Amino acid sequence: MPSYESSPQGGARIFSALLASRTGQILSESRAWRMETALKPVMRAYGVSGIDELAAKLLANRDSGLEDAVINALLNNESSFFRDLQIFDMLNRQILPSIYANRKDRVLRIWSAGCSTGQEAYSLAIQFRNDMARWRGWHIEILATDISTAAIDQARSGIFTQMDVQRGLSVGDLIKWFEPVGDDWHASPELRRMIEFRTDNLFEPRAPSGEYDLLLCRNVLLYFTPERRQDVLRLLARHSHQQSVLLLGAGETVIGHSEDFTPHPEFRGSYGRRPVVTDPAEETVRRAG
Amino acid sequence: MKNCLVVDDSKVIRKVARHILESLDLSVTEAVDGQDALIQCEAAAPDVVLLDWNMPVMSGMEFLRALETAKVTARPKIIFCTTENGISHIKAAVDAGADEYVMKPFDRETLESKLSIVGVI
Repeated sequence: MPSYESSPQGGARIFSALLASRTGQILSESRAWRMETALKPVMRAYGVSGIDELAAKLLANRDSGLEDAVINALLNNESSFFRDLQIFDMLNRQILPSIYANRKDRVLRIWSAGCSTGQEAYSLAIQFRNDMARWRGWHIEILATDISTAAIDQARSGIFTQMDVQRGLSVGDLIKWFEPVGDDWHASPELRRMIEFRTDNLFEPRAPSGEYDLLLCRNVLLYFTPERRQDVLRLLARHSHQQSVLLLGAGETVIGHSEDFTPHPEFRGSYGRRPVVTDPAEETVRRAG
Repeated sequence: MKNCLVVDDSKVIRKVARHILESLDLSVTEAVDGQDALIQCEAAAPDVVLLDWNMPVMSGMEFLRALETAKVTARPKIIFCTTENGISHIKAAVDAGADEYVMKPFDRETLESKLSIVGVI
């Protein structure tokens, strides 16, 4: 780590390095710029007045609680219900009906990777609950993972602020699926039961198991270096099958980052596994044993 | 360009809402109460009405009921925008025909989201 004493920017550099080593995320200029604001609650909690003093405290004590607090504060947990409405519209009109038609064992597995405070996973649960007549008899699993313990704790609680529930959530779904708790809103047990929230690191994954039919990793890759993006896409490929659908955030792509995924031929803006092309020569050798 | 009628007895709220709505490429007209809004809707129906609940002369709920029988060319989308944040008020507004509900205080993202949900932007 760079010396805290050596530079007035030492604190910021130390925290950037900590974030990169713990999460693989690189701080963009805009996020670096608001680092001090993001860390203010941590500074207050630890009784220090500046970012460099906080870095010094971290280096002196190697306090894992402080490290976690810093990481949680620096991660961008911005999320909203039904973020990018057209994606959810495509899910509803095309992707889910296709899975419904093709998945004969009536098992649907979804992974929301980098789920932040859970709005994406809850949006999916709402979609299924609103269309329960169709999905009755299906086993639907929604795994939602994020590296931020604070984000996962909030997601698991199902409690959202008034501001949160007004971003993307229709008033009809608010009334139907949330109960007021003081000034906040609590997701119904029916929704919460559908989702398994797990703290997990995309570079040391423990939560995902087997293959998922639908993988959402939206607005996650943009925080990583090109090499790290490749690692994440390789992980997603390992947990997908030939019919799986991958959804990334607007402005994110697999092109140039993955040999495994390719733009989906049917669902515009989504990705599918690259078709397996058998080399005739290899096939001859394989058959010949 | 689609039009939003902002109905609120608070000049400050109308100004803040106008600022946000214009930044979302909507044209904005203003009314100070439900009766004023009804007259304006009958003259030229807006695409959407951002409607306060508690106002003198005619409340937001009274406006909503009056709109049912008013001579408007096309029914505008109705988004309540109020400090009445209780679930009973929200349900009552939806039952009375409101398309969406904004709990004050609001910001640009909230308005943008609700306008998108009702299909105005």
